[in-house]
This record gives sequence, C-alpha cells and structure tokens, in this order.
Amino acid sequence: MRLNRATVIIAQIVLILGAITMVVPFLWMLSTSFKSLPEVFRFPPTLFGKRIVWENYLHIADRFPFGRFFMNSLKVSVIVTVGQLLTCSMGGFAFARLKFPFRDSLFAMYLATLIIPFHVTLIPVFLMMRAFGWIDTHYSLIIPALVSPFGTFLMRQFFLTIPVELEEAARIDGCTPFGVYWRIFVPLSKPAMATLGLFTFMGTWNDFIRPLIFINSVPRRTLPLGLAALQTMYTTDWPVLMAGSVISVLPVIVVFLFAQEFFIQGITLSGLKG
Amino acid sequence: MTNKPTIPLSKRLLYSDVFWAAVLLAPNLIGFLVFMLFPMVASFGLSFVQWDLLTPAKWYGLGNYRDLIADPTFRKVLWNTIYYTIGSVPIGIVISFLLALALNQKIPFVKAYRAIYFLPVITSMVAVGIVWTWLYNPEFGLFNYLLGLIGIQGPTWLSSVTWAMPAVIIVSIWKNLGFNMVLFLAGLQGIPDVYYEAAEIDGASWLQQMWYVTIPLISPTTLFVVIMSVIGSFQAFDLIYVMTRGGPARSTSVLVHYLYQCAFEYFKMGYASAMAYVLFFLVFGVTLLQLRSSKSWVVY
Repeated sequence: MRLNRATVIIAQIVLILGAITMVVPFLWMLSTSFKSLPEVFRFPPTLFGKRIVWENYLHIADRFPFGRFFMNSLKVSVIVTVGQLLTCSMGGFAFARLKFPFRDSLFAMYLATLIIPFHVTLIPVFLMMRAFGWIDTHYSLIIPALVSPFGTFLMRQFFLTIPVELEEAARIDGCTPFGVYWRIFVPLSKPAMATLGLFTFMGTWNDFIRPLIFINSVPRRTLPLGLAALQTMYTTDWPVLMAGSVISVLPVIVVFLFAQEFFIQGITLSGLKG
Repeated sequence: MTNKPTIPLSKRLLYSDVFWAAVLLAPNLIGFLVFMLFPMVASFGLSFVQWDLLTPAKWYGLGNYRDLIADPTFRKVLWNTIYYTIGSVPIGIVISFLLALALNQKIPFVKAYRAIYFLPVITSMVAVGIVWTWLYNPEFGLFNYLLGLIGIQGPTWLSSVTWAMPAVIIVSIWKNLGFNMVLFLAGLQGIPDVYYEAAEIDGASWLQQMWYVTIPLISPTTLFVVIMSVIGSFQAFDLIYVMTRGGPARSTSVLVHYLYQCAFEYFKMGYASAMAYVLFFLVFGVTLLQLRSSKSWVVY
C-alpha cells in the first residue's frame, strides 16, 4: 500500500499507545510486588517504593509451597508436551503421507471435533477420572491430554509441505513407512515440533479449569491453582499477590522471548493453510 | 509349476501403509474414543437423569431441559454470555486489525512490537485476572487514579453490577489482541503488492484501496478470527472465576461458570450436562451460521 509520511507517523503513534497499554499492567505488577503494604495504599501511587521490598517473595516461599507448585506444573507440562509431540507427529504423518481407505473423511471427522467445546466432555471425563481413582493425582491432568486433534492437524499441515521425492527415494532404498516417518520426517520437522511443543507447553502450564476440578490437595497443585488459592488467602495483600503472579508469569515470558519466532509461525500455519 | 517367491506376512506388514497407518493412528484413535466420543455420548445420556453423585441416578426425561428453560439464572447467564461475546469480539477484532495494519507499514521495531503485544497472550488467565483486579481496585487501583487525574470519579468496577461485565470484557480484549493481530498481520503480508500498484495507477485513494483491496482479500483470515473468537468467548471461564466469581449479583456469571457451579458446587450432574449440550448446540449453530453467511462476504 502507498506509504506516505503521514500514515507511517499515525501507525507509529497507534503502535506506541497500544504497546504502553500492553506493558503497563505487567510493570504495575512488578512494581507492586516490590512495595510494602502501607506503600501500596499511599496516595498518589508511585511506580517505585522507598526501598525494594524482597520480603514479599520470601513471604510466599515461606508460607506457600510455590517451589512445589512450580515443579508440579513443570512435570505435567513436560510430560504432556513430549507425549503430544509423539502422538501428533505419528497421526499427522499417517494423515499426510500414508495411503489407507477413508483417510480424508476420517481426517475431516477428526478435525470437526475441534469445534466441540471442551466443557461438553468435562463432566464425563471427571466421572471417569473418579472411577479410575485418578482424582487428585497428576494422571488426571496428563493422560487425557496426551492426544490433540489440533496438534495432529498442525503436524499434518507441515508434513504436507515436505517434497514427495524424499519419501519416494527412501522407499526405493527399502525404507518401511515407519522408517520414512522416523528417519526422514521427524528429523525434518524440528520447526513444526518446536511450534507445537511451545503451544502445548504454554497451554498446559496455564491451564486452570482442569486442575481446579481434578486436584484437591495442596502438594499436588499446579501454579495457576496455587495462585488462585493465594488470592483467596491474601485477598488484599496486593504486594504478596503480585509477587506470586510474577513468579508464575516469569518462566513463560523467558521461554517466549527465546522462542518468539516459533509461536508466530505456528499461529500463521494454523490460521492460513486450512 | 511356477515357483513364485512368496513374501512372508511379517515382511508384507512391515511395508504396508495400512498397517502402519493403524499403528501410528492408534494413540489418536484411542484418545478420541475414550476422551472425546464416549464422554460426548455419556454427557448426552446424563442430561436425561438427575444425579448428585451420592444417591443413584434417577431418570428425568427431558426434565433438565424443561428446568433450564424455566430457570431465571440460566436465562441470566445466557444473556451474560451473549453480552460478553458481543462486547469483546467485534471491538477486539477491529482493534487487532488496525494494529496489524499499522504494523504492516514497514516501520522499525516490528519484532519488538509483536513481542510486546504477545505478552498478554502467553500469560496465564489467573495471573492476568489477579493483576487486573488490583488495577481495577476502586480506591487504590491505577485506573481510578488515572481517571481522577482528568477529573473523572471512576466507578467501583468489579463490585458494580453495571461495570463488572465491561471491566471483564476489557481484560479479555486486552489479552487476545496480540493473537488476532498476528493472524491479521500474516494475512496482510500475504496480499501481493501488484494489487496495490494496480489500484494506485487507477488513482484509488488510501480509503478506496482499503475498501476494495485489503478488506476483501483479508476476509478469509477475518472469518477464521471471528469464528475462533466467538467459540472462545462462549467458553469464557478462568477470567470470570478469578476476577468476580460471577458476581456481583450474577452480573458476570456466564454459561460455563454456571455449568461449573451446577456440576462441582451443587453436584447437579444431569442438569449441568444438559447445560453442556445447550452450549454445544449454541457453539455449533453459531459457527454454522457464520460459515453460511461467509459466502456473501468472504472472497477466496
């Protein structure tokens, strides 16, 4: 589109205003987490307190097993991510490259399940977890999450872009279909795997409703659940609540800053190549 | 007699596409049957019974659905869900489209902007909800302080029956902006320059280029964003649970929140399942309607 000076300047102003709106809540969270309680209720509010109060973080560490929550979140997220990478790449490969009857109608059916709201299955899945004795264990957060129609779709889309010649050459050389998957497609799909892995990790890390329903006891909580519990305990102790939020948000932000490109790729891949 | 070399079954299997498809699809198939199809059917069955988990389930026929229609709380949460959707989806889409347009002007720091707008997307709803509850604090929160600077007495936000819903809607728009913006940006970058060059030669103004080139050519992306946003907003829960617990006076209680309460606080499993099916048909119907209507405005 035509680029004149005016549009570029307007674009800059819009973007800067937007960026400020995005960042301010995070800054406010950070600044509150380093204030003392009386300072938070002072008028007018200031960005920085008189001194940096680390005690809010120590306070949380003392009274609340945040380290434990962190490890629980990490454990569940890592297992679910690895599991999904495996099942989604397997399924995606079969749908993209193997020839079998009803392949495309089967794929269409599987894809259609994407619009089923997760909450429709919530109650029966809860009852199943209860019947298996998995309530209040991490199995309830891990096992049902090991497969994903979205992930399978994403991997299929990626596998479709790999040239057929590679596969044919391997088959002529005596490679089995599994060999083609494992020796050629998996090594080639690192970018797609990274994207899917990040999405899955993030989704599991931030998941709230499942832990809320499936987990009861304190030592098995994940971070979002722990944070919500912190909120009910310290309703108006804003510095402590903000410190807890910082702890739960920070790891995700760090991962994101290192792996930005994969997120963007994944979103555009899922959105445009339907 | 011809001596045809026979290939052993094991070897044939090893090279068979069908066999490997079955093996590779097995986890997905099992997951689909156990955690998708079976619960779908079970939840449909449950919607015809009364069950509190303690006493045996009782057949109730269409009773749950009849009760839903008569339940004023259900009508209220249904209305709130629509309010939430209409309040958040169109505004969110327009703003994210405008941001993508701005970002597409080949200006410096595109990546930095993209990262900043994406921060809320990757942050957990629980943390976002807690931080914004603090920002909305009527006496000591940042917003009412800023409003006070320009001489406006801010509302009590989350404890006001009128303002709680708009407050939650603002947070949800803020959180999803970056996601939709990235989708729109990818769509915009996919529009070939030649169209604009041709329009330019014909003397089309900026607005005309926007209306006759950009908006039609980005319409497939718009459709995708609209459908995903509507589905997402029909299922809103985390933010509302953390910020208001549906209050005050149920003014922010939406479908999934009431469903959660019925199932896991009041233990009315049948009633909650009926509600889940209403949600399913709502999402299904609305998505279908959008796809239908898309024929008149989406250009492929």
